[in-house]
Amino acid sequence: MIETLLVANRGEIALRIFRSCRDAGIGTVAVYSDADANAPHVAAADAAVRLPGAAPADTYLRADLIVKAAVDAGADAVHPGYGFLAENAAFARAVRDAGLVWAGPSPEAIEAMGDKVAAKRLMAKAGVPVLPELLPAEVTEADLPVLVKASAGGGGRGMRVVRELADLADAVRSARAEAASAFGDPAVFCESYLEQGRHIEVQVMADTHGTVWAVGERECSIQRRHQKVVEEAPSPLVDAEMRERLLAAARAAATAVDYVGAGTVEFLATGHGEFFFLEMNTRLQVEHPVTECTTGLDLVGLQLRVAEGHRLPPEPPQPCGHAIEVRLYAEDPAADWQPQSGVLHRFDVPGVSAEFTVPRSDGYTIRLDSGVAAGSVVSVHYDPLLAKVIACGPDRAGVARSLAAALARARIHGVTTNRDLLVNVLRHPEFLGGRTDTTFLDRHGRVLAAPLAGANAVRLSVLAAALADAAHNRAGAVVLGGLPSGWRNVAAVPQRKAYLVAGQEHEIRYRLARHGLRAEGFDSVTLVAARPDQVVLETAGVRRTFHIGRYPGLVTVDSPLGPVRLTPVPRLRDPGTEVVAGSLLAPMPGTVVRVAVSPGERVLAGAPLLWLEAMKMEHRIAAPADGVVTELPVTVGQQVDLGAVLAVVSSEEQAE
Amino acid sequence: MTTLSSTVDTSGAEFTAYRVAMLTKLDELEAEHAKAVAGGGEKYVVRHRARGKLLVRERIELLLDEDAPFLELSPLAGWGSEFQVGASVVTGIGVVEGVECMIIGNDPTVRGGSSNPWTMRKIFRASDIALENRLPVINLVESGGADLPTQKEIFIPGGRLFRDLTQLSAAGIPTITLVFGNSTAGGAYVPGMSDYVVMIEERSKVFLGGPPLVKMATGEESDDESLGGAAMHARTSGLADYLARDEPDAIRIGRRIVSRLNRRKLGEAPGPVVPPRHDAEELLGIVPDGLKVPFDPREVLARVVDGSAFDEFKPLYGSSLVTGWARVHGYPVGVLANARGILFSEESQKATQFIQLANQTGTPLLFLHNTTGYMVGRAYEQGGIIKHGAMMINAVANSKVPHISLLIGASYGAGHYGMCGRAYDPRFLFAWPSAKSAVMGPQQLAGVLSIVARAAAQTRGQAYDEDGDAALRAAVEAQVEAESLPMFLSGRLYDDGVIDPRDTRTVLGLCLSVIHNNPVERARFDGTGFGVFRM
Repeated sequence: MIETLLVANRGEIALRIFRSCRDAGIGTVAVYSDADANAPHVAAADAAVRLPGAAPADTYLRADLIVKAAVDAGADAVHPGYGFLAENAAFARAVRDAGLVWAGPSPEAIEAMGDKVAAKRLMAKAGVPVLPELLPAEVTEADLPVLVKASAGGGGRGMRVVRELADLADAVRSARAEAASAFGDPAVFCESYLEQGRHIEVQVMADTHGTVWAVGERECSIQRRHQKVVEEAPSPLVDAEMRERLLAAARAAATAVDYVGAGTVEFLATGHGEFFFLEMNTRLQVEHPVTECTTGLDLVGLQLRVAEGHRLPPEPPQPCGHAIEVRLYAEDPAADWQPQSGVLHRFDVPGVSAEFTVPRSDGYTIRLDSGVAAGSVVSVHYDPLLAKVIACGPDRAGVARSLAAALARARIHGVTTNRDLLVNVLRHPEFLGGRTDTTFLDRHGRVLAAPLAGANAVRLSVLAAALADAAHNRAGAVVLGGLPSGWRNVAAVPQRKAYLVAGQEHEIRYRLARHGLRAEGFDSVTLVAARPDQVVLETAGVRRTFHIGRYPGLVTVDSPLGPVRLTPVPRLRDPGTEVVAGSLLAPMPGTVVRVAVSPGERVLAGAPLLWLEAMKMEHRIAAPADGVVTELPVTVGQQVDLGAVLAVVSSEEQAE
Repeated sequence: MTTLSSTVDTSGAEFTAYRVAMLTKLDELEAEHAKAVAGGGEKYVVRHRARGKLLVRERIELLLDEDAPFLELSPLAGWGSEFQVGASVVTGIGVVEGVECMIIGNDPTVRGGSSNPWTMRKIFRASDIALENRLPVINLVESGGADLPTQKEIFIPGGRLFRDLTQLSAAGIPTITLVFGNSTAGGAYVPGMSDYVVMIEERSKVFLGGPPLVKMATGEESDDESLGGAAMHARTSGLADYLARDEPDAIRIGRRIVSRLNRRKLGEAPGPVVPPRHDAEELLGIVPDGLKVPFDPREVLARVVDGSAFDEFKPLYGSSLVTGWARVHGYPVGVLANARGILFSEESQKATQFIQLANQTGTPLLFLHNTTGYMVGRAYEQGGIIKHGAMMINAVANSKVPHISLLIGASYGAGHYGMCGRAYDPRFLFAWPSAKSAVMGPQQLAGVLSIVARAAAQTRGQAYDEDGDAALRAAVEAQVEAESLPMFLSGRLYDDGVIDPRDTRTVLGLCLSVIHNNPVERARFDGTGFGVFRM
């Protein structure tokens, strides 16, 4: 029996595992990096152990520290969650060697599946369909396109699609470099690339007594940079016959490695029902909730029971209904998915009926697995996943609609997220028709990245923000607060407020006159009511309520027309705080990895000045014009926040 | 507590007619205000903007707290004179960094912002209000100095401008000057006498004598910048405390200065603010056009005071004057309001007692004027109307609590004095467009003149020229009528502005708040004098 379990992870998955522990009466231990000291998962655990530092390599990847933490805190079991050390056989061994229960598959199974090339051979032998492995040196024109993959990989790291033979060598070289840095193993291999492939995977669960379940499939075709964004169960592609083949293949795969616990067998499918083994993830998947919501299972609970040696029932329950999960990331889809950091001021998803567990009610329900709460600081150190929002219900279209609505109405303030994109995906005809493949986001990225709030919604939202700010000013007035807003006995100049929305300035000029609102350019708009947090506007006979949030340097407007974030433009600016012309600002939070110039140096337009690493990608910061580097306030290794001044390039005249 | 009810029939023909008449007067008022707002007119406004400068009202808007109210004072100053309505200066009370301030800004589009006699009087009035109510003064200076053709009316009394500034400072009331452009010759003493001075790079110019004058006086060759540039004053002479980059920066610095004044209001904070139960919009239809018909001031109070709550004092005695207690925007007030125009002995005695009571409790007084004066006639003279009227004027003149006067209807004769007319220094005095003020009604005045002339002719044994009399009467009547109208009186600074009746509560609330920058003074009831005399 497990008495106390340490979760070697953070964020939503730590909270998810704690929930099953609490239900089972198992005590919980969290580990946390310095950046996570105030994170929700730390507060939720019975005990928490600090891992000094912030970088994953110093904290959540330190097997030794985590095993010591488990021992120190009196835990008798360890759950790795997903990511970090979840598929690290050495860690599994270290846990077992310390006399602790390992809530995962055997180190041998992890190793067998960890080597992608060996795993494919093993699967082929077990009768699981695989794409033939190609040696980079032997790839010919006829094999194109091919996919270069890291042997030790996962999560899309080190993957390259090659369509021209000439590009192969470069792709292999860069994939090896990325694989080496991400996984410590530069081995790569090639296989045929299915252009319109669909990502179908099967949840397996096996006990130590020989029972192997293939619980049901999930489709995760909607991906960006090979990372899943939308996942669902069942797959709209899979019919009963195909399902039977899929589940059989998954069972065969698990059986071939004597698999124990929860795992996922991933396949790449064509639109015609063919499928090929991709890899097996020897851990709980991020998207496990969609399986839970269609089967009623508690997969984490089962993991713990299996780890304790319990038997699974002979057959898994029959899936019913439909579930869709979206991953809400702190990232900007319109800016090449740049990760975002900062304070998450508010995080409210409406209509949530269960958190970290299967909603127990009929009809359409929303489940939330969130690693953040209002006030959470989203740091640059880890995966920018904020939360998973899952909708379940009897039919796919209805579930998509309810999930889109919950997301659209969510009040998420302070950090840019992919929320609008997720809503656009869920409402896209191709998605609703069940015809999405792994290139969906690449094909429709521009349309999908468009904000929910169109131009008119932005205009009305800015007006609402201005009127709410006016009400806020009146409510906070220390004198004459009871007098009408902006009252004048001799009217001459309107009140003026300006905001930036997506870099564009919007100015509202208005007067709250005796008979209501007079706002320039809004002749058909009537103000029904204005409070600091809520404004009701009537446009051509239609009333809409706008909810306003106000934070340092940020105003948010949420309405049925779509969320809008605004940066108030101060009326009077202190010239001393203005950014010098020619300043290059960090486009994202990250680390300065290389600096190519020194102050005083002449540079030509486009010349690289320095490189910023963020989320394992190197971003080049180049000179915007010919000139002289007059300021260079950063050094190699320095962490910079979004908007930090990295360098100033002045024209020759200015420099003198 | 008594809640006022209303008996006005807002759908009746009378109400509608009165309302239409009032709206017509308001349109006329609006047109006059628009003249002040237009400043020097299109050509000069365009030229001013082309220089990258803000208009005076734009400067004021940037200076004020966002969405806070602003009460412009004497906007019709100079009305009916040879000078532009508004007198080339804007004065008013606004909120800067949460502090009620007096703002005085030259309008440089009107003859270069030069000061004429009305400019001077308007600024004097603003200074008086600032001093009485402890309001920090913010000068937004850009002026070509005195209007030289009228120097004889400006030069000698104008010295008060600088005296006022330093006396404000001495009274603990900070003075701030933001110099937007020229502030030369005598104008140089405005920054010179101010506690804080902000100048703008390459814009502000402050010197006693410009290059031509210096050349004439001493033969020295010089230029504007070395004589009076902002940079010179910030770095060399020390006349400028702050050097701003541009106009908005100067305003930003001005706001920072106010935020560091650590101002605290010394008067009582207001109680909860309860809106009236009746619609202020209906104030338009209450005052009869032409003032021939009396109206009930309770109908006005019901639309002005908090919760329409009014506790009337001595309601059954001297009922031609309504007295009682109310609150406006949370501030307690004692109200004296004429009900049927005439002040008799009873009304005079009632007012005297009531003013004493307000002084005993330290309650500010609000006078709502609609009086044709003290009653005349044998019975009244014999009944001591002079004594009683004098008693009321005595009480008003020596009352120490703050007074606010509002002319809503007639304000004739000594009744104007008894109800705290301009000469009795109310803290604020405003008029509705329906108000009229003169020594007596135009018809009465013309009639009196006619009777006197007729008597004189009779004495001389001459025949009376009836046609001439009619013409004289008409002319006098027309002249007195014109000179009793609020725009005329406002133009001469006899009030602080003509207001829209619907704004009455707002204006009073703002004034009461301003008044409470000081503790409410009162006549002494400290055991060394008399008690309240029962009248």
